[in-house]
Amino acid sequence: MFVKKISFALLVSIAGLTSVEAQTIYPLNRAEILAGSKFDFKIEFPGSPQESAVKVLINGADVSSTLKGKPAFVEHEDGQDYSAFVLRDVSISKPGNYKIEASYNGKTSNVTWGVYATGQKRVAKNVILFIGDGLSIAHRTAARILSKTISEGHYGGELAIDDMPHMALISTAGTDSIVTDSANAMSAYATGHKSCVNALGVYCARNKNTLDHPKVETIAEIVKRTRNMSVGVITNTEIEDATPAGMVAHTRRRADFNDIVKMFYKVQPDVIMGGGSPNFLAKSTNGSKRTDNDDYLQKFQDAGFTLVTTDTEMKAAAKNSKTSKVLGLFNTSNIDGALDRMFLKKGSVPTFPDQPDLTAQVQTSLDLLSKNKNGFMLMVESGRIDKYTHSLDPERAIYDTIMLDNAVKLAKDFAAKKNDTLIIVVGDHAHPVSIIGSYDDDRPGQTPREKLGVYAEAKFPNYAAPDANGYPPSVDVSRRIAMNFGTYPDYCTNAKPYLEGENVPAVAGATPSQYVANEKYCTLPGSVRMTGNLPFESNTGIHSGDDIVLTAIGPGSEMFHGHLENTKVFRIMATALAIPAK
Amino acid sequence: MDESMGPSAVLAPSRRTLIFHSLALMASTIYLTPLFAKDSEPLDFNALYKSFGIRGLEFSDRAQQLAGHVIFMTGYMAPPLRAESQFFVLTKEPLAICPFCQSDADWPVDIVVVYLKGVSPLISAGTQITVSGRLEMGSWADPESGFVSQVRLVDAEYHRA
Repeated sequence: MFVKKISFALLVSIAGLTSVEAQTIYPLNRAEILAGSKFDFKIEFPGSPQESAVKVLINGADVSSTLKGKPAFVEHEDGQDYSAFVLRDVSISKPGNYKIEASYNGKTSNVTWGVYATGQKRVAKNVILFIGDGLSIAHRTAARILSKTISEGHYGGELAIDDMPHMALISTAGTDSIVTDSANAMSAYATGHKSCVNALGVYCARNKNTLDHPKVETIAEIVKRTRNMSVGVITNTEIEDATPAGMVAHTRRRADFNDIVKMFYKVQPDVIMGGGSPNFLAKSTNGSKRTDNDDYLQKFQDAGFTLVTTDTEMKAAAKNSKTSKVLGLFNTSNIDGALDRMFLKKGSVPTFPDQPDLTAQVQTSLDLLSKNKNGFMLMVESGRIDKYTHSLDPERAIYDTIMLDNAVKLAKDFAAKKNDTLIIVVGDHAHPVSIIGSYDDDRPGQTPREKLGVYAEAKFPNYAAPDANGYPPSVDVSRRIAMNFGTYPDYCTNAKPYLEGENVPAVAGATPSQYVANEKYCTLPGSVRMTGNLPFESNTGIHSGDDIVLTAIGPGSEMFHGHLENTKVFRIMATALAIPAK
Repeated sequence: MDESMGPSAVLAPSRRTLIFHSLALMASTIYLTPLFAKDSEPLDFNALYKSFGIRGLEFSDRAQQLAGHVIFMTGYMAPPLRAESQFFVLTKEPLAICPFCQSDADWPVDIVVVYLKGVSPLISAGTQITVSGRLEMGSWADPESGFVSQVRLVDAEYHRA
């Protein structure tokens, strides 16, 4: 009965809201739009008015004075109580402010877009955008401690990701929340428009079909269309995952993996590399995750791509002068992280023993993409920094940060030959991680709190000297870095490295949507049970809304300074490339 | 797994349904334990495939021989779509993700879909279970959810391992 009362009250309040709900105009207010870039213009009028009852003006004049094409008007779009005014695939070539007014029934909503041109002078032939997924300050510091060593407060060297002349603080909030996910974070870099959690290359409207939301053009599409540049998208996650997908995808739902493969095929970046092969296989093939019979391995090969599935095949393809485009799929899931591939041989390494390192992927991409005299746009993701931080597995996250650093060093060496490549290194969102000291086995007791040395007691970790690639030979040392997590579900820990495979902190409990500690860690010597500090439906650590650090080198990099919204990364890349308004 | 919870597909259970679950679980455990063993063959997750590669999976000879026969497998129940269901996903390792409820999570490739004889309550993903059922292989989409699977155990029952 009580529940019924609440529902009734809720209904009344929703009904009340609907009647006063304003028209929503996409792109949203304060959108910065690159002159000439394509976007979908949409207005949703609550109450499903007829077309004759609404009025839409741009800078006080009819829409047709600014945007080409005839708008579609759909009453009760997708059966919902609003009318949609939609004009797809439009662009504005003249820079300036554009005020859009949408009126119905005496109410007017308005937004202002800033349309900008990049200028004529192209300073960068190429752009390389490195994304450390979830890369936060603590990851950088930890990677520096392990790979460059530290004594008496001094580091033994600089990370390649730090040793750059320009730096900015990037804020990551989306249109819906102060905390973002990798989909709308990447979407901001790739399109210059903010979006909402789970969305790629679209504004989040009310459409029921995830592929129908109003689209905005991605940098991959733009540089191909306007500059005939080559494009590379490489990652160590599944290629359909949010960050790589952000280069090509337009969907409200990042999990539309099969559609995302189709979008990769449509845009056809010249180099595509990652894991996640099952979404490329026709439904009839065992191991496929597709729901149709499209064989994308075949389709890409028919389109001139060389398919490579191992490190050896990839390197052979790079050496072959006939290779122009490459599709590299190296794992059915994510490519194993550096710690598993090079040292522990855990994860899926026994099944996929010949997966490439991110550095080799970058080298192959540079070899192929630099053949284009029009330049290239390369996106490189070290994506498991984020995944291992979600799973509260510090050592794996740190090793993949070192891998990112090695990949950046390689790109800097490439760029040093000619000063024509803008290199950007940035996270996409933060994690609540911090270095709080060290876990020292020589301290008395068994549990993490007894082993933790803080302040002076932390001393310095005693990892052995790193190898030529900057990796200490073992993470299982007696005084280990304590990189702690600010958020967690219920879990058990003894503050030791996870030598048998990635940490799985929590598993689904018997109550739907509630996660409980993974008991397999609860019986380990010294293990303690941590009471989670997250909502019960959270099964791993979460992202934080903190700003992230961007470093940059090369022509155009001086535009990065101070605090910037994440959408400015797109604008600076476009400006360095002087994208023409066409 | 860039975290974000999509709209949850499950309904929060009332206290009464929880009690019912617990009772039903106890009952099913007691009832099912002695049921299967006779006439059914064990099949290990690692013995399902002969090859497991980028271009697809190839079932092992043993798995192919056992197709159509009643077998039993040990694994973990993935976070299900609904509180009570005839359908769940069996995984080799306990899953920390919920691909049904999280829009960014994806299933491992080597899952087995289980169709139970009757509606059954949930069990924690951290609890190892043994499932007995008739082995079916080949791509098949669940008519209700569209969920595509390669390996299924049908007319199945389960108990704690």
